[in-house]
Amino acid sequence: MELLIKEIIGKYNYWLYIILMMIGLYAIIAKNNLIKKLVGMNIFQTAIILFYISIGYKKGGTLPIIEIPHGHHTISPESIDISKYINPLPHVLMLTAIVVSVATFGVALAIALKIYKEYNTLEEDEIRMRLRGK
Amino acid sequence: MIDNHVFPILIVITPLVCAFFVMGLYWVDKRLCLPLTILAISISFISSIITLYSVLTSGTIQYKLGGWPPPIGIEYRIDLLNGVILVIISFISLFNLFTSFNQVSHDFPEKKGTFYSLYLLFTTGLLGVVITGDLFNLYVLLEITSLSAYAQIALGDKKRAPFASLNYIFIGVIGASFYLLGVGYIYMMTGSLNMGDVAHLIHNLHHSQAIFVAFIFCIVGVWIKMALFPLHIWLPNAYTYAPTASGRIIAPLMTKVMVYVMIRLMYSVFGIDYLFNTLHISQSIIYLSSAAVLFGGIMALSQDNLKKMFTYIIISEIGYMVGGAWLGNKTGLTGAILHIINDVFMTFALFLSAGNFAWRIKDLSIHNLEDIFQKMPWTSTGFVVVALSIIGIPPTCGFFSKWYLILGAIEAKQYLFIIALILSSLLNIILFFRVFEKSLFSSKPHVMESKETRSYNLIEEAPANMTIGLLVIGAILILIGLYSGKIVSNLILPFIPKGL
Amino acid sequence: MKKVALIVVILCGAILIHATSEFPKWGEINSPASLHVSPYYIKYSVEQTDVPNIVTSVLADYRGFDTMFETTVIFCAGLACFLLLRIFNDKEEETESIFYRHIPSGIIIEFKNHEVDIRDEDFELIDSKFVPYDLIIKTVCRILIPFIQIFALYVVAHGDFSPGGGFQGGVILGASIILLAISFNLKTAIEKISEKTLGVLSAIGVFIYAGIGCLCLILKGHFLDYGKLAKILPIDPVKARAIGMLGVEIGVAITVMAVMIIIYINIASQGKHQEGL
Repeated sequence: MELLIKEIIGKYNYWLYIILMMIGLYAIIAKNNLIKKLVGMNIFQTAIILFYISIGYKKGGTLPIIEIPHGHHTISPESIDISKYINPLPHVLMLTAIVVSVATFGVALAIALKIYKEYNTLEEDEIRMRLRGK
Repeated sequence: MIDNHVFPILIVITPLVCAFFVMGLYWVDKRLCLPLTILAISISFISSIITLYSVLTSGTIQYKLGGWPPPIGIEYRIDLLNGVILVIISFISLFNLFTSFNQVSHDFPEKKGTFYSLYLLFTTGLLGVVITGDLFNLYVLLEITSLSAYAQIALGDKKRAPFASLNYIFIGVIGASFYLLGVGYIYMMTGSLNMGDVAHLIHNLHHSQAIFVAFIFCIVGVWIKMALFPLHIWLPNAYTYAPTASGRIIAPLMTKVMVYVMIRLMYSVFGIDYLFNTLHISQSIIYLSSAAVLFGGIMALSQDNLKKMFTYIIISEIGYMVGGAWLGNKTGLTGAILHIINDVFMTFALFLSAGNFAWRIKDLSIHNLEDIFQKMPWTSTGFVVVALSIIGIPPTCGFFSKWYLILGAIEAKQYLFIIALILSSLLNIILFFRVFEKSLFSSKPHVMESKETRSYNLIEEAPANMTIGLLVIGAILILIGLYSGKIVSNLILPFIPKGL
Repeated sequence: MKKVALIVVILCGAILIHATSEFPKWGEINSPASLHVSPYYIKYSVEQTDVPNIVTSVLADYRGFDTMFETTVIFCAGLACFLLLRIFNDKEEETESIFYRHIPSGIIIEFKNHEVDIRDEDFELIDSKFVPYDLIIKTVCRILIPFIQIFALYVVAHGDFSPGGGFQGGVILGASIILLAISFNLKTAIEKISEKTLGVLSAIGVFIYAGIGCLCLILKGHFLDYGKLAKILPIDPVKARAIGMLGVEIGVAITVMAVMIIIYINIASQGKHQEGL
């Protein structure tokens, strides 16, 4: 029991991202309104960003900007303590992923606007009904 | 003097840089957009041929971007498999420009520059996905490809295309995010993003559950993007309602590139040992692909719209390639890779002929195709060649890849897959002869041919560039078929990893 | 559909939770991810690139190629929004009338004719759903916008040493223009920065990035190998890497700014560029 609690508390970042991700996935598939689906899509992508960022964290680490001692212009590689700085790579990757998700969101909104102009509604079942009726 | 090592990067960079110029040129002179686009893709095509040649003579090429050594920076790694696919992508992209420039001017008179810019970005994305040796770089380029594909598809049929495109976005984003999540798991367990490095590190992690989940998510993400049954729901509508000029390039290339990504992930990242000795899922994946083959064929049979029928044929062909790659023997993988090459040309030709028909008949329902042989003899000739190739009749290329796949399946004792392959050929025969019957034999009784009816029967071909384009591709289909022995022994067999 | 969704969600969730058992604990210093490649970045960033902010050095140099395509994704989104939404000759638009407001009296005049063009200090062109300007909002925004822009420039320029960089700065810069469009109206914003300028800027930004890369290629280096810029700059290769990164970040900022505004304008006005929110 104690082991289980330790497991749950030690890894709660992963539980959180899984819950968020599943909320997003559920919204994409089950929601009827296209904008709600878009929001679900965004939550889904954000969950993955959260996951990556939490990989990069080190206990006691600070943000990855090297502190150069006062009065010096540079610092030798040997004097840098790696465990002091968190892992920068996931942050870089997620900057890219954020940009991608923003871009996708913009294009998706533009397309949703086009759909709205055509059908005057954003409810998926109504659009499908009208497509079938034709 | 250009150094030999510059060519790998030129393949991707030229279309990218020219995309910005095409966008800017729009305000200077609209007529310059097309020539610049052609120039950009030509340079890329020539560079990819040179690269393939140097791969053939001196083995795998590595290109370090930013000058950093591989696990630190990003690298390009070109072996025979992606060398060949690079040539094919740039060729199809270039060829499509010749066959559809009048279609583009007709569809987007005011936004031509922007459209070509998007077209170039799409090509850049595909080339980049194929050439890269870095898992995360692949994701970024995949998103460029998808984003430009979403936009191009949404520009099609005014009523239905935006909705089809939005559905594609939802499912495409799930696919891409699954892939990204899988890469995240790989990164967490190994600490690297470089394919070669990961392949090396994964050896010690064969029994890790996290790597297994990473594998599942990567592969399912790629399956969603390639529309393997039952994850195919976005494909038929998206490809049917896309504008002709974009549909022609998205339909043949997008799915096939994703099949390439799957093969790359399977054989260059996770490794044969992991796939077939540690995991025991190849059997169920072959069942799945057999189902995809049959489902695609049956659904194609039930379609009335010609273009939609073709999209279901794509789904069926995806089943061939996935099945072949998972057979786990040399012949099967050879068949799968050969089928990628063949299917790019076959699907391209299918959509070319659909575009040519659509130029004359707006509604592509099969019953509208009556007398099409009299009206458009050249297009119909090309169409017959493609149909024969898809059915798999020698000497067209479709026969040979199917032959390899069936041999591989016999070797692996996958009888269900063999049955699916043969049944699908039969289904394709019914499918195309239904179309031929409509188009070849007029249902109208032949009345006395007066002068008026004769003028009614005059030839009404699509523009010359479209027709000639289709015929050239038809000829290529036969040529690939005739030389497929050489292609297999020179281009495919050297790639097949040892131990299969 | 809801049942399908539930099944998919439960299945995915179960697989994901199953895998977490092998994950390193949160904040684990010795996790594989922190031991393989990333120590190299932390150790050698300052020595090799002269940039203390490791995120910037990895973003713009070690993995600069990714970032170039990331900027291209942004550019692509701008193109897509323009291509999908922009309407040039809208027939409906001709039936709509345009409105002028006499500022001192607040009287609004409607013109059915589209050719009317009053250029008088007392008159201003307004939207059909016009709400009189709020003096406080207008004044505050007028004061705020220059500061926002200066801050954006600081974020871009200081990306090498502190959190920040091209994307963040570009977004702030774009937001300042969008704030103008919200607090005044869309036409004012478009007058300040026209559609054509935005289109050209969005292309120029990415072109600066790719151009610097090509310059390295011409100088006989690998693509994006900024160290080779030392051949044409009066500095050593390590410093040249920092300069290259700064140039690249500026390009990124320009594209991001332009595309943010393009997306906003096209979506807010439904592609007509007449009225915003």
